[in-house]
Amino acid sequence: MVHLVIDGKGFQAEEGQNVLEVALENGIEIPHLCYHEQLSPYGGCRLCLVEITRGARTFLSTSCTYPCLEGLVVRTDTPDVLRARRLVLELLMPLAPEAPRLQALARQMGVTETRFASDEEVDDCIRCGLCIRACAELVGAEAITFSGRGERRKVEPPFGEEALNCIGCGACVFLCPTGCLHMEDQDGVRTLDKWKRTLSLKACASCGRRYLPFAQIEFARQKGEDPPAEGWFEFCPDCR
Amino acid sequence: MSKINSVGELAELRAAILDQRDAGRPCITTCLGTGCHAYDSQEVYNAFAGEIHSRDLADKVDLRGSGCHGFCEQGPIVVLSPGEICYCHVQPEDAAEIITETVLKNEVIERLLYRDPVTGRRFEREGEIPFYKHQDRLILGQNRLLDPKNIEDYLALGGYKALAGALAEMTPEDVLEEVKKANLRGRGGGGFPAGIKWETARRAPEKEKYVIVNADEGDPGAYMDRSLLEGNPHLILEGLLIGAYAIGAAEGYLYARQEYPLAVENFTLAVQQAEEYGLLGSDILGTGFAFSVKIKRGAGAFVSGESSALMAAIEGLVGEPRPKHINTAISGLWGKPSNLNNVETWANVPLIIERGAAWFKRIGNERNSGTKIFSLVGKINNTGLVEVPMGTPLRKIIEDIGGGIPGGKKFKAVQTGGPSGGCIPEQYLDTPVDFDCLEELGAMMGSGGMIVMDEDNCIVDVAKYFMHFLKDESCGKCSSCREGTTRMYEILDAITRGEGREGDLELLEELAWVMKNASLCALGSTAANPVLSTLRYFREEYAAHIQEKRCPAKVCPALIRYSIDPEICDGCGRCRRSCPEKAITGELNTPLVIDGALCSRCGICREVCHLEAIVVE
Ligand SMILES: Cc1cc2nc3c(=O)[nH]c(=O)nc-3n(C[C@H](O)[C@H](O)[C@H](O)COP(=O)(O)O)c2cc1C
Ligand code: SF4
Ligand code: SF4
Ligand code: FES
Repeated sequence: MVHLVIDGKGFQAEEGQNVLEVALENGIEIPHLCYHEQLSPYGGCRLCLVEITRGARTFLSTSCTYPCLEGLVVRTDTPDVLRARRLVLELLMPLAPEAPRLQALARQMGVTETRFASDEEVDDCIRCGLCIRACAELVGAEAITFSGRGERRKVEPPFGEEALNCIGCGACVFLCPTGCLHMEDQDGVRTLDKWKRTLSLKACASCGRRYLPFAQIEFARQKGEDPPAEGWFEFCPDCR
Repeated sequence: MSKINSVGELAELRAAILDQRDAGRPCITTCLGTGCHAYDSQEVYNAFAGEIHSRDLADKVDLRGSGCHGFCEQGPIVVLSPGEICYCHVQPEDAAEIITETVLKNEVIERLLYRDPVTGRRFEREGEIPFYKHQDRLILGQNRLLDPKNIEDYLALGGYKALAGALAEMTPEDVLEEVKKANLRGRGGGGFPAGIKWETARRAPEKEKYVIVNADEGDPGAYMDRSLLEGNPHLILEGLLIGAYAIGAAEGYLYARQEYPLAVENFTLAVQQAEEYGLLGSDILGTGFAFSVKIKRGAGAFVSGESSALMAAIEGLVGEPRPKHINTAISGLWGKPSNLNNVETWANVPLIIERGAAWFKRIGNERNSGTKIFSLVGKINNTGLVEVPMGTPLRKIIEDIGGGIPGGKKFKAVQTGGPSGGCIPEQYLDTPVDFDCLEELGAMMGSGGMIVMDEDNCIVDVAKYFMHFLKDESCGKCSSCREGTTRMYEILDAITRGEGREGDLELLEELAWVMKNASLCALGSTAANPVLSTLRYFREEYAAHIQEKRCPAKVCPALIRYSIDPEICDGCGRCRRSCPEKAITGELNTPLVIDGALCSRCGICREVCHLEAIVVE
């Protein structure tokens, strides 16, 4: 256990926990976009900035990547912190101008508009990497990665071709904070457009609805994950 | 070669090598460094070899191919000893004459001597040439004296004496203390005291430790590390061995830039030779000290020179920066204590151990000991690699060593510290060049890039150039760095196109602030430096672009206009023929005119006009 101070209040934390996690657990709001409690911290969106005093040094850092250390003093609401977060959000907004989550954050943080224009080919992706980490760490499929440096960085299946490792589980779609990923089931086929992936779906033994990618069942089998019950995959969630 | 089993045997071997060599025998040294190589110096070397062979001079004349001498612009460079006669721009055809006249008859060939572009004076000896005379080439100077592929050359010069001394007579703590006392500061950019980093790594509890050479050198135009690795690989290896001994590391890595095949080749060869001689391996010089080195080639990204990115790359991961709230000296490669230093930092170590910290501290100034190598490029007469004691005034480097600005142009600024360094204007030319003074001026030492600019350089254009580099080289992880550099570039680009707006400069400063405070690694946190330093010293030049839509240096195409002065033009038609846009019209032998709508402002007409009738406004 280590002791740290956040906004003047003392807290205890497990060694290895990050500052954002502890703040959120204790009801201290810090805006964040690329952090998810079930995934390894990444530190890409830079929105979760806080002011940290460690020994004689005071500086801004992202709270999701900062470990709780004995004696750490954290402030989440100094003028510099708020100013930096607002500018970061202003820089992110043109990447996904329509995204409700960004708009909500902007309202919360008092950002009324961004001074930066959107690209003509805006793809609504803020490069937060949640989809990549979800796919690698939660699912274990490792179907997508970042490619390119700097402003050319984007999420892609390997070589920009169909993501052959994608099992169509939709974890990425579920976690994407901007809604720029789409998954559609039609005529027994699931499509994830950004990963150029199409998968054939298994039909429910009871209602006949084609609901689950064969690839996902196969993946679970290969990983040695037993279905919760005999015949589990035969029925869709509605008929189970 | 049989293994050297003790410190005594090393001394015997050195004596035997020296015994075989005749110090007074003439030696022809041809520079085969990158710069000279590009001018086909290998052909020159081959021509000498052919002459020596056909005239049966092999036992009278020595021939050596060396690494870079630093005066690359004058290449191919050949130096003849005794006498240190330095010939420039040597061609293969000159080989026979050089042997006949200079080597055999001691006659100097006037036309091959260096000629000062300003005074026209010629200089015979290398040490008399102003470019060399004002330098203190402790490290780089060794390049000329040895063939990097021949370990015996290095041994003959006293190579591995420092290592032997350290292993035989000093404890690791002694070595550490000596490096700390010398106040050797990291030459890779930050100037962090190497001794303190070593101590941190030594004291870290994990037993397995690593030492690493950072040879990723990615700054555009910089090649000092490359020249050291190519020209004197054993020096780096010896430094690394001494560091490993002090820190307690049994394994080391060289991380080298993809684009440096010769550096990798020479270092690999040096490692093989050192293994054969028992200078690497399990029982080095019979002292029980064990150390081995692996070589890792980079993937060519600038950001992978950053310490945490570099270690990720060695581990086989993507070479991107990682958060390092715990020092890499404590938890680096595979979570083990890992001491990373720059090539030039390692190169200083054998000198410090052999000659002592007290000697080292006498070079340079109070807080900056030793020399620093700079790559001096841009609008300067003598471009090349320059090594001077730290604290040398900028003016001395630019005027005495660099020989000033070509064409009688006026000095405007010097950019130091690589892409995220800063521009220093005329009024600070007497500043001593060291880590602290440069930083105070809003520039930095960086790894030692020095780009000289004259009155014809537009400062906004310069800032835009660096921002373009940085936005392309940002790894793209942090929004503040990726979007920040991109937006800064867009604003600078708009300003140079005459589309700058009121408030742009303030917005640049706001972005600079957030990039500095919100980015993960030093690429992002220093990326705004080129803009901040030029804003600090040349704000009016930015303002001229924005408010008056004028580029005072007459560089930005959108903000200048070409016309022909009818009073001067004799209608010769040279410009009309050369204009790629066919924008110049009129009757021959009468003054011609430029159609502003067609003109692309390429400036070719101005170059071809024999009367200086082309006016740029
Ligand atoms: C973007 C970036 C690129 C860097 N590239 C290099 C490099 O090419 N060579 C180098 O020695 N240091 C480079 N550094 C500095 C290293 O992170 C590190 O500080 C240095 O290698 C430590 O060695 P030193 O103390 O001997 O200078 C870079 C730093 C950053 C932020
Ligand atoms: S697609 Fe969505 S989850 Fe993936 S990086 Fe982009 S914004 Fe983040
Ligand atoms: S500051 Fe820039 S280069 Fe460094 S990790 Fe962040 S995005 Fe990558
Ligand atoms: S949530 Fe911490 S950087 Fe994105």
